[in-house]
Amino acid sequence: MDSALIPNGVKRCSFWQFYLFIGAVGVVLLWGVLAMLLIWLKGLNQTNMNDAYGFALWIWADLAVIALGGGAFFTGFLKYIVGKDELKNIINYAVLIGFICYSSALLILAIDIGQPLRGWFIFWHANVHSMLTEVAFCLSCYFAVLTIEYIPLILENRQLDKVPFFHNLSHNMHEVMAVFAATGAFLSFFHQGSLGGVAGVLFGRPFAYREAFFIWPTTFFLFTWSAAACGPCFTIMLTRLIEKVTGKKLVKQNVIDLLAKIAGWMLLTYIIAKTIDTLYWANVTVPELGQTLAEFYSDNALYKMYFLFLEIGLFGFVPALILVTKKGRNNGFLLISAVILAVLGASLNRWVMVLQVMAVPVLPFESWNLYFPSWQEVATTILPVAYGVILVALSYRYLPVFPQEKALNPIDG
Amino acid sequence: MFPFIFEWIWDPSHMVFMGGLWYALGIIGLGMTYCIVKAAVDTVQGKGGHDH
Repeated sequence: MDSALIPNGVKRCSFWQFYLFIGAVGVVLLWGVLAMLLIWLKGLNQTNMNDAYGFALWIWADLAVIALGGGAFFTGFLKYIVGKDELKNIINYAVLIGFICYSSALLILAIDIGQPLRGWFIFWHANVHSMLTEVAFCLSCYFAVLTIEYIPLILENRQLDKVPFFHNLSHNMHEVMAVFAATGAFLSFFHQGSLGGVAGVLFGRPFAYREAFFIWPTTFFLFTWSAAACGPCFTIMLTRLIEKVTGKKLVKQNVIDLLAKIAGWMLLTYIIAKTIDTLYWANVTVPELGQTLAEFYSDNALYKMYFLFLEIGLFGFVPALILVTKKGRNNGFLLISAVILAVLGASLNRWVMVLQVMAVPVLPFESWNLYFPSWQEVATTILPVAYGVILVALSYRYLPVFPQEKALNPIDG
Repeated sequence: MFPFIFEWIWDPSHMVFMGGLWYALGIIGLGMTYCIVKAAVDTVQGKGGHDH
């Protein structure tokens, strides 16, 4: 039925099978849309956010998808600026994932601000002393860059490519993509960093506060570093997932190996820096601000010392050491375990820097603020996942996302 | 007052923030304008074969 739209030389499941799958995921999407409409129409009283939790589940999801979407800017940087040409075989997928992550982040923000019709205020009434203003600027611009990087892939659809103007436009965009990729890397460095900086400058909250180089707290650099390390891990994880779902090999092992190796070294250096930063914070910064490390991990049901060991040990050093060794990368089980652990590490780090920061008491008469999200918050957080699955499925079906697919999966006859 | 932002003040913070924004938007805008204009010219000149 839609065979004229499917790329040449590749096999796809039947039309009905595909749209049954899209329909099933669409039900989840509609659940999220219902929650989103409730929040827009009735207001933020649909959430369990309160005076203690002005930032809640959404902001964690926002920071997590932005970190994991970092695979797009870092892979683009490696391919177009550093010249790692092998990565051309995975860059389309990295861009697609980045596009989904950043559009999801903007959607979440549109829900979170309560009155999306006033979203443009951040540009018109810009508070130039706020790191979040810089984040908003860079997020919007970088989303434009990701859209520009995604457009040539759409134009390479079999039918669209027949239109000469679209063919020429796609060709020209490929030619100047290095300029866009460099702009994307510049924007990503600043917004990833500023998201970390937001927590690091909170001098009234010793759990979040970090020492600064010039005006930038150490969290500024750690957030950018972790996004560059864990973003490619997320890309590898989703590549393996789509290979599992389709039952096909889509990217050659040498491409995965190169990306995993670079991600591994980034992760190892990041986690060493993170360890040094944590030791300095625990032994110097926190006591100077009148608190102790133990206070951040006791007297509550959830946040215990294991959070620290999970983030730095199991989700940090373990995947890093697997990914930097050839043996680790060549073992399918160890590779997938490592990238999953790294993804969990970035997600846990963002959780800690958003939700645990809000939970820790800062005054002697305060107790821990524990919060549980409403179903509307959960549904709107799952909404981007359903949207992402649908966009990946549509892109995979109709666009040449994986250039090596044809060679790796020849069709008999 | 600056035409592109309501509460514009001539200070370093505004110049850095808004300068960065307009710099990025400028590159994106110029890059896309170049691609679209060149694609239009190429199309008029009859290019459009499968050459990439």
